[in-house]
Amino acid sequence: MSVLVVIECDHGDVKKSSLEVATYGAKVAAQLGTTATAVAVGEVTAANLAKLGEQGITKVLHDADARLKHFVNLAYVKLIAAAAQQESAKVLVLANSNIGATVGSRLAVRLEASLATNAVELPTINGAAFTVRRGVYSGKAFADVTLMGERKIIAVKKNSIEAEHAAGQTAEVVSFTAALTDADFADAPKEVKMASTEGGILLPEADKVVSGGRGMKGPENWHLIEDLAKALGAATACSKPVSDVDWRPHHEHVGQTGITVSPNLYIACGISGAIQHLAGVNSSKVIVVINKDPEAPFFKAADYGIVGDVFEVLPKLTAAVKALG
Amino acid sequence: MLVVGGRPTEAKLVGQIDSASIVGPAGKNAGRDSIGLVVDERVVQEVKGLQRGGAAARAIELKEAAGSGTVTVLNVGEADTEVIIRKAISIGADDAIRVNAFPKDAFFVAQQIAHYAKEGGYDVILMGKESIDFNGFQVHGMVGELLGIPTIAPALKLDIAGDTATLEREIEGGKEVVEVKTPFVVSCQQPMCEPRIPNMRGIMAARTKPLKVVEAIGQSDRTAVAQFALPPAKQGVKLFTVEQAADLVKALRTEAKVL
Ligand SMILES: Cc1cc2nc3c(=O)[nH]c(=O)nc-3n(C[C@H](O)[C@H](O)[C@H](O)COP(=O)(O)OP(=O)(O)OC[C@H]3O[C@@H](n4cnc5c(N)ncnc54)[C@H](O)[C@@H]3O)c2cc1C
Ligand SMILES: Nc1ncnc2c1ncn2[C@@H]1O[C@H](COP(=O)(O)O)[C@@H](O)[C@H]1O
Repeated sequence: MSVLVVIECDHGDVKKSSLEVATYGAKVAAQLGTTATAVAVGEVTAANLAKLGEQGITKVLHDADARLKHFVNLAYVKLIAAAAQQESAKVLVLANSNIGATVGSRLAVRLEASLATNAVELPTINGAAFTVRRGVYSGKAFADVTLMGERKIIAVKKNSIEAEHAAGQTAEVVSFTAALTDADFADAPKEVKMASTEGGILLPEADKVVSGGRGMKGPENWHLIEDLAKALGAATACSKPVSDVDWRPHHEHVGQTGITVSPNLYIACGISGAIQHLAGVNSSKVIVVINKDPEAPFFKAADYGIVGDVFEVLPKLTAAVKALG
Repeated sequence: MLVVGGRPTEAKLVGQIDSASIVGPAGKNAGRDSIGLVVDERVVQEVKGLQRGGAAARAIELKEAAGSGTVTVLNVGEADTEVIIRKAISIGADDAIRVNAFPKDAFFVAQQIAHYAKEGGYDVILMGKESIDFNGFQVHGMVGELLGIPTIAPALKLDIAGDTATLEREIEGGKEVVEVKTPFVVSCQQPMCEPRIPNMRGIMAARTKPLKVVEAIGQSDRTAVAQFALPPAKQGVKLFTVEQAADLVKALRTEAKVL
């Protein structure tokens, strides 16, 4: 019996959210008195996989098949199911990402496992039953879900647990394969269009986000958002109307109809705080709002705020962040 | 094509958010009143979502473009979900099925959908991205696996020509163009197409279109909600003046510890 952790990789490295997942899996393994093995999907180097030892992973299974570089639902499911079988895994931990949750729900049927997506805390283990806290109602509430049966699958929400780094620990990387056939690649992408990340930080992975709304007045003013984001090492985001009029690309739009983010820090600049926008950001740990209207609804959801003009405030914030060093 | 959606809590949302009123899907099983918790505005949004360029709207658009085919709406829920089902029919679906059961958990719902989808021989099964109350993102994957067909989730675009569909699948930080043969399951990200607002004719017609009520098959004892909880209340916003911008940054480091 062991815990199997699914690690998503990209551009040769392990995604930040997967470092959190690895930490979560290692902690569950410790709770159960067993070890955590990982299975990697996506493009990654063996050296970077070995570093998963820092998160407490002892062994990493890696299939270097080039066809697995990009997300293929059926093939990933088969690979992970084979790894779970080989390791007699009773608990499977993945990221609550589009990839992780899609694969996880399929595996729940194939492995006859009970499933909790969007988990925000470690499970409470009571004999064979796990109780896992998960986010519901777009971050407005939690549900403590009891997972029954012999096998459990948990998809962990980003930024719910901090990745551990025990320097010097390495995991053993073992090559692994799962007799994949052409049928397993039925949903293989014909084309992959990745958003360009000029600042190098992908919005869904970011732990700090600077976001702009209609109050920014036009795309020509976005350098103010970008400068602050750069100083903070943050990703940039926007409200829906901003992407609707093409001031910013669609993939930057957060909210009910866009991406849901849960960074440690979300700075909203010239965004009113409509309920549909809040739905995508209200599980952020700390929310800072800059708005010239003291009555803007966003202030009710904020931890810190400045009532003022973004054009005046943003340069001051950027300078202050740079001064922090 | 089969469009599935609409949890019962979406149909009867009441109340403000306080811990006493948080009773969701499994709450009913726990012997309490089934009260959905979501602010009213969002409920209205969700009902509108059916028309607002979601799965149902796209299915009907595709049917009209092809000039043939049918669109059936399926919901797993008790009688009170029929309000939502009728709404979906009023924008142009042909008929509807209600599986008369409380949607206990995702696996239970998926079993119903897979069973009736197979029985009806549907070529495309369209769903939403996630239920607005439970935020599961689970049902589509389960249905695909139960039927042994691909699931594309979440999709930003869906086009069908003959037995081949071209979809745009959203992944973290980008999208993939995927081509699959029917049958398949797709989870639709709104807005996938132009919204469809029901007209008077549609609303009248919806009253007479068939809504078949069928019984549930199988059961699920895999998961149960033990309790609901609320996040700790926000302390209230701490305001700084424009001149104090640097103090705010300091507070983010020393007090909030996020820098
Ligand atoms: C079904 C549906 C789904 C939706 N989904 C989303 C979604 O996913 N995401 C989303 O964001 N929206 C969504 N919306 C839209 C949402 O309702 C709001 O309209 C939108 O979020 C408003 O964007 P905004 O705050 O940028 O613009 P506005 O509401 O116009 O607010 C601009 C704000 O900037 C402030 N401001 C102006 N000038 C300055 C200045 N110089 N300095 C400082 N502050 C200034 C103003 O006081 C105001 O508060 C959805 C709507 C519907 C109906
Ligand atoms: N009770 C239900 N009846 C019909 N479809 C449902 C039901 N619950 C969920 N679904 C569908 O499954 C999708 C994903 O739901 P979930 O996995 O609960 O987030 C939703 O967007 C709906 O399309």
